[in-house]
Amino acid sequence: MSAAGGVRLDGVTVAHGGTTVLDRLDLSVGPGEVMALLGPSGSGKTTALRAVAGFVRPSAGRVLIGGRDVTGLPPYRRGIGMVVQQYALFPHLRVEQNVAFGLRARRTPRATITGRVTEALEMVGMAGYARRHPRELSGGQQQRVAIARALAIRPDVLLLDEPLSALDARLRSGMLAELARLHRELPHVSILYVTHDQIEALTLADRVAVLDQARLRDCGTPYELYRTPRTAFTASFVGNANLLPVRGERDGRVRLADTPLRVASGAAGPGAGAEATVCVQPHLLRLLPAPDAVGATGGAGSANVLRGTVTAVQWRGHTHRLLVDVHGHEVRADVGDLRQPPAAGDEVALAVDPEDTVLLPGGLTDGGHRG
Amino acid sequence: MLVHSRAGRWTAWTVFFVLFLPLFALPFLVVLAASFATHWSGALPSVPTLAHYREALHGDSLHALTTSLLTATGASVSALVLGGWAALAAERLPRRLRRVVDALFMLPLAVPSVVVGLCLLVAFSQPPFLLNGTAWIVVLAHTVLVTAFAHQSVGAALTRLDPAYEQSAASLGARPLYVLWRIRLPLLLPSLTAAAGLCFALSMGELSATVMLYPPGWVPLPVRIYSATSRGSLFEGAALAVVMMAATLAVLLGVSRIRNRAAHR
Repeated sequence: MSAAGGVRLDGVTVAHGGTTVLDRLDLSVGPGEVMALLGPSGSGKTTALRAVAGFVRPSAGRVLIGGRDVTGLPPYRRGIGMVVQQYALFPHLRVEQNVAFGLRARRTPRATITGRVTEALEMVGMAGYARRHPRELSGGQQQRVAIARALAIRPDVLLLDEPLSALDARLRSGMLAELARLHRELPHVSILYVTHDQIEALTLADRVAVLDQARLRDCGTPYELYRTPRTAFTASFVGNANLLPVRGERDGRVRLADTPLRVASGAAGPGAGAEATVCVQPHLLRLLPAPDAVGATGGAGSANVLRGTVTAVQWRGHTHRLLVDVHGHEVRADVGDLRQPPAAGDEVALAVDPEDTVLLPGGLTDGGHRG
Repeated sequence: MLVHSRAGRWTAWTVFFVLFLPLFALPFLVVLAASFATHWSGALPSVPTLAHYREALHGDSLHALTTSLLTATGASVSALVLGGWAALAAERLPRRLRRVVDALFMLPLAVPSVVVGLCLLVAFSQPPFLLNGTAWIVVLAHTVLVTAFAHQSVGAALTRLDPAYEQSAASLGARPLYVLWRIRLPLLLPSLTAAAGLCFALSMGELSATVMLYPPGWVPLPVRIYSATSRGSLFEGAALAVVMMAATLAVLLGVSRIRNRAAHR
């Protein structure tokens, strides 16, 4: 295994018949790093992965794997492991033959193949299923075999294209833990992980690249993107935040319609009258006790108070999600399982600490994402 | 069952038998009965005999059977290789060019087979392409006629084949030829065998182009049936027809066994 692993995309542009599906993507994944490509469908994330794999040819830019320019190389000479959404296990081959496929194609000596196949299957806990055919396995088991097949060739780079989206929710969280364990066992392997699910990205990735409309919108550690997003899109797509359009005041504060808001100290306030966006995550909003809802701000302390009318209440087991109309803006608030939740039509007051808000310059022109 | 009511089911069965028996089953039964008959002047044939079968499985008739089997095998294998190869190659072409290739392969179906026979006769009667008078021109004609079916069924199967298989194989380091041999052809096996069976059956029964082309030493079974019946030996022709059906059916059953094995893996 070469020490210089990793993947780099240099201004990679992909166009299909006049439409740009990926626009000048610069991205670098270090050896052993897990990078998630996160974005809604049509954001270009899968195209980026396929450009690394060699299934789409960039119209501009370069792809480097382990420091080597592979832009012009066909997929079979790139030395990468890939797992796709539908697994694509070869239905006519047994599990062990599936796992051995890459090794046979590379003319690995037969004696080596047996050992590697067993090793790869043991790594994913499927050693007992070597003689089965893919159709005799459940979705989760097929997924494990697909991963073993990709790992058997000992790639420096592993590409995962929505690997969990065909599994049900419970299996998904199990496989997520499994993938994290696999990565601890293979610390030199760089992983590019395409997903539209921010939980998967936040759980697994060292860094997350957020794509939208063919462009890279943001890139950083999961914590940075979740707590201090740099764009409104990241705030809403990764952090699921409410985006509130505000205007700057003369004293450096901001105002949502006629409600003044204090934002985290240190954030440079917009100029007077300038448009800005305040991001507030639903779980950071608190519901103030009912008697205080009208008038007083008791219990809120130095927190910002948003008053509004409940439009809908959704019970989600561990929380109640309130949809509250605040000055014509729908605000989502996740409050702990309430004994007596408010009903639609009730007036409520929601509190949020200034430290829990993020102020972004500019209005909502670049579009938020409702998750 | 799409028909749920009892009365509806009875009606469906009745209609099926009223239409199926006279249209499909009866002619076969008549031929079968005739093949054992010496006379047929009343409602049923009389004086049963196996003489026609003895005749049909000896001498020139037996030779005609092997000729037909060899021709059909040769034609369907060539058609499968040519049509399948063309379908695989056409896959990478731009859409419009692919339509042109498809149309070219369908041409022999649109043209009456007598015309196809005539074309080959004219084209291959002069050196350097002198095939007229050899067995090859019959095999060639059958190949031309059935390649369209092979091309179309392999082409249709290819469009249904999930590209994720070959892409996964390629990402694992397999070259295109290896992917073709180890992944794509095995996955296409059911449609390849179906196409082979269809081509074989069509070639076994081909008459109109064959009559224009066959040389004295290479008389396929349909030609022999035709000449037997046209000289009035109906019962002998019937026996030959039954032999031909049985042989074709046996081969088709064999092919479908391969297909079932492929599909059940």
